[in-house]
Amino acid sequence: MQQSLRVLPSEADFVPPSSLVEQARFARRRAETASCGLALTVRGLRKNFGDNEVLRGIDLHIPAGQFVAVVGRSGCGKSTLLRLIAGLEPPTDGTVSFGEDAQAEDIRVMFQEPRLLPWARVLDNVEVGLGRSRWSPDAKARAEAALAEVGLRDKRDQWPAVLSGGQKQRVALARALVSHPRVLAFDEPLGALDALTRISMQRLLERVWDDQGFTAILVTHDVAEAVALADRVLVIEEGRIAHDVTVDIARPRRRGSTDLAVLEGSILQELLKEDRAASA
Amino acid sequence: MSIAERLPRIRSVRVPAADGVVPWILPIAIVVIWQIACATGYASSRVLPAPSDVALAAWKSLRSGALERNIWVSFWRATVGFVIGGGIGFAFGLANGLSQLSDKLTDTTLQMIRNVPHLAMIPLVILWFGIDESAKLFLVALGVFFPIYLNTLHGIRTADPQLIEMGRIYGMTKGELFWRVIFPGALPSIFVGLRFALGIMWLTLIVAETIAASSGLGYMAMQAREFMLIDVVVLSILIYALLGKLADSASRALERLTLSWHPAFQKH
Repeated sequence: MQQSLRVLPSEADFVPPSSLVEQARFARRRAETASCGLALTVRGLRKNFGDNEVLRGIDLHIPAGQFVAVVGRSGCGKSTLLRLIAGLEPPTDGTVSFGEDAQAEDIRVMFQEPRLLPWARVLDNVEVGLGRSRWSPDAKARAEAALAEVGLRDKRDQWPAVLSGGQKQRVALARALVSHPRVLAFDEPLGALDALTRISMQRLLERVWDDQGFTAILVTHDVAEAVALADRVLVIEEGRIAHDVTVDIARPRRRGSTDLAVLEGSILQELLKEDRAASA
Repeated sequence: MSIAERLPRIRSVRVPAADGVVPWILPIAIVVIWQIACATGYASSRVLPAPSDVALAAWKSLRSGALERNIWVSFWRATVGFVIGGGIGFAFGLANGLSQLSDKLTDTTLQMIRNVPHLAMIPLVILWFGIDESAKLFLVALGVFFPIYLNTLHGIRTADPQLIEMGRIYGMTKGELFWRVIFPGALPSIFVGLRFALGIMWLTLIVAETIAASSGLGYMAMQAREFMLIDVVVLSILIYALLGKLADSASRALERLTLSWHPAFQKH
């Protein structure tokens, strides 16, 4: 019972010429970096916690390098889906498969909490992300490069406690990026940030995804965030994929543009239909 | 006038040089008042010797070498007993925090022993060890065991599961998980145990020495009581206070050194 809601860019939205150059840049970069990401296939995925069926059969294919957002009401199973994909929990039934050459270090997760070691300096925290290759001679240089990528090079010797919430999440992002993952799973990474920090973090996520070409899976409760960032939005309802929406809007996307608003509105309407049914 | 200006000022101006002096104002004032009270005859010298008499007693005792010897003996007992009891407590805390089998096997027994006041063991300990060194070491070790054990266990048990999950995802081995995630997280709690244990260490030692010993500070105080040397009795008590303060300062310094990442220990 999957439906597709498709929204085409309306002509009413004026695209400034400089933006066309940007769009071309985005398109070219996508073509160059798509090979870095991993495709993944989910078949018949189920997860029960006791008697509680959280996921009731998910089938899904995500091509390499795609940016997928997963939205749904709280308790719909979207975080569980992400945890199963990332291998943090075993499924009750079904499989998640990546390409044959996939390794544990190719898949990284970023959580709502930064989960930094409070007793390690920022740079050491980023080095944690190197996993087994932490002892290689270029580890420090790689960690510094990842910190520079998120714009926190000058914080390398600070304790996490002195950073702001947004800065901590950027360090967590650097830690996830440092091993050049091919799949990056985000579990509401911006949920605890204030509105302005969220927007700048969204831009940062989009930029690093564009730079590195990993496959991105973003679980979020914010539909506006989902349509602004993703190529495709999955709407989860009661443990199943209720809608699979392609976001056919060229990048870079202008926040507040009509296309995004229309798409956001239609997805929200789907999510809220239960409420309307209840009040009717 | 802004709201901020109208609010009462909670933090006054800090003079960095005065920070080291301020804690000592009260003890010094007490000594001064005490001396004045004795000099004016307000306090009888048979009840309370003047600070100057206590200082004189300290000087005499130092000249004869008795004071130095007694402090050294007590310090040695305290340290050895602390290391033995603290070491065993720490080991059990780690073992029971990390292994469910070890916890199931030993925790019930330890909790039962914990509820016996360790000073109640003194008669038994004297029967076992006489007034030998081992009697004092045993009591001190028993006394410091529990605060170290309980707080180490608590620190390990309350390790942040989210950080542990993070460590696992990033491929940390069990050893790395312990040294990089669990142990540093347990340190603040372990230090709480350490400071508790230091207090219990002095308490136990002094009580043990007053009851069953032939040397040490507690013995010195009891001996002085027999001969009505009240200045020496007060001297012993003052030395306990100083040694206690010293132990506390040492553990604080260690805390500052190892917990510099902790927001509570960061200089602003």
